[in-house]
Amino acid sequence: MTTPASGQPAEPAGAPSGAGGTATADPDVLRAEHISKRFGAVTALRDVNLHLARGEVLGLIGDNGAGKSTLLKILCGFQRPTTGRILLHGQEVTFKSVDHARSLGIDAVYQDLALINELTVFHNMYLNREHVRGPLLSNRSMRREARKHLDEMGIQFPSVDVAVAKLSGGQRQAIAVARSVYSDAKILLLDEPLAAMGVKEGAIILDLVQDLKRRGDVSVIIIAHNYGQVLEVCDRVNLVQHGEITLDKMSRDTSVQELTELVVAEYRKAMEARQHNA
Amino acid sequence: MSETAERAPASGPPADPALAPGQPGARASSVGRIGIRLIQQRELTVFIVAVGLVIYFSSVSSSFFTRDDLVNISQIIAPLAIIACGEVFLLICGELDLSVGFVYGFAPFLMHYLIDFYSVPAIPAMILCLVFGLVFGYINGFITIALGVPSFITTLGTGLILLGFTLVTSNAYPALIPESAVGPGHWIGTYAWSMITWAILLVIFFQIVLSRTKWGLHTVAVGGNILGASEAGIHVKRIKYGNFMITSTLGAFVGLQVAFQTNSIDPSSGGYQPMFYAIAAAVIGGTVLSGGSGTIVGAFLGACVLGIMQGGFTLIGISANPLGIIFGGAILIAMIVNVQFTRLRNAGRT
Repeated sequence: MTTPASGQPAEPAGAPSGAGGTATADPDVLRAEHISKRFGAVTALRDVNLHLARGEVLGLIGDNGAGKSTLLKILCGFQRPTTGRILLHGQEVTFKSVDHARSLGIDAVYQDLALINELTVFHNMYLNREHVRGPLLSNRSMRREARKHLDEMGIQFPSVDVAVAKLSGGQRQAIAVARSVYSDAKILLLDEPLAAMGVKEGAIILDLVQDLKRRGDVSVIIIAHNYGQVLEVCDRVNLVQHGEITLDKMSRDTSVQELTELVVAEYRKAMEARQHNA
Repeated sequence: MSETAERAPASGPPADPALAPGQPGARASSVGRIGIRLIQQRELTVFIVAVGLVIYFSSVSSSFFTRDDLVNISQIIAPLAIIACGEVFLLICGELDLSVGFVYGFAPFLMHYLIDFYSVPAIPAMILCLVFGLVFGYINGFITIALGVPSFITTLGTGLILLGFTLVTSNAYPALIPESAVGPGHWIGTYAWSMITWAILLVIFFQIVLSRTKWGLHTVAVGGNILGASEAGIHVKRIKYGNFMITSTLGAFVGLQVAFQTNSIDPSSGGYQPMFYAIAAAVIGGTVLSGGSGTIVGAFLGACVLGIMQGGFTLIGISANPLGIIFGGAILIAMIVNVQFTRLRNAGRT
């Protein structure tokens, strides 16, 4: 977890442990089979099947409350599914914790960003993967790397020493995304990475995803609401409705119009059902 | 976190200038910048209050700077400062320990029982007292974290139980320091400057832990955003357990120190007062009661403010009855000055 304070952080640390070694012919780096999740009486997900190929960017779309975030939280080890199994490089895994999933190369940006307002930009970027020298934090190294990565991204910050409480919504989001992107994760899960972004900041994040795609060894799942952006950046889209995946298409085989119509049709159906009941 | 201000205007790679106006240092002269940096250290205002008190007491009492007096004041400050080290960590991660004063009260009795009734040698007995602190802190943590009782109630309950235990086992009678413990006790609390030396060493140690280690950073993260911290994979429970254990262990240590220093084991020592004063010292020193931020050095300065006041007022001979009025008023004034200074400072910053 703790990276030595070396000069080359961009160097992939290599899949640190676990399932990575015996990569079979299976093209899917991540597969979720028959996943369901219940919170008491509420069923958030039912029998969800999802797969993600190496180097692929998958868009998850769907209404609020459809279960997208829950699915993501299961895939990154923050929550456990009620039933179903997850395969990583073709091998079944049970994530014991976020740390465990992270050690297997999976990292997530949460909708709530998981930033600590009281801490500086650079401490947030290296939260729980701090650079250390013996028992002490190596602030200099973290500060330098944070500065470098944010400059690379082209996002402007007054200083990496300010507390994140003082930053705008878009800047905060950029830090959360940068934190995962530069973590050497091989599977990135981004929950609405564009929500608080201005047009320019949003474009920067999308460019970043395109860059990752070009690198070819990083797979990404993005939750987003702007279908135009999703189709532009994703290879494939899954539509989540009422805890189920109701559509799985390559981006080139669908359109903003089709996706919109599907979601609206679903909404109409729900409204009609409600009126019937009333 | 205190090093944040010190390096604020980072030697700027290209992106800086356009977005710099929010930074106070951007256009100020270098002298002004140093001034701003000093003011941004939140410990500074407490320090000023402490210096003000020293000036006041030394002007009204000629004996304020005598050795006896300084020793006396240092022995008031030390227990508060040491307990405050633990409370600061707990407060930052969003918890509180009301029971630490009762660990303070029980620890020297435990040493007495172990040595006199169970023939344990002095040094292992003292170490077992500290281990007791660890275990007691773990119990506080277990009830708070695993059973979900707010720490205010948890530690109120465990503290009272421990008080009762102390009184029952001692029949509420004081005891003598065991013969074999007297020697090593000198280094712990008997020598005039032992206590304050320990206090300063512990303050330095825990300030480094707070601002320079993962433990400190994660403690701040847990108090600042508990969900975010756990999403980032921080072991929130482990941090809280640890801070409960640190606090109780420091309480046990202070109990031993005070027993050696007063040369008696007294069932009425400890209790709520040192605990509340330690928390007051932490808050006066800039620790936020609701969590997420605080400093150990600030708490030490807060303890100095309280210790100087207590020692000073006693010295200038205020009778016991109105002492509470004056002391309480002085605490409020010190805190108001500090809060207003902070407000002024923040207004200047943005």
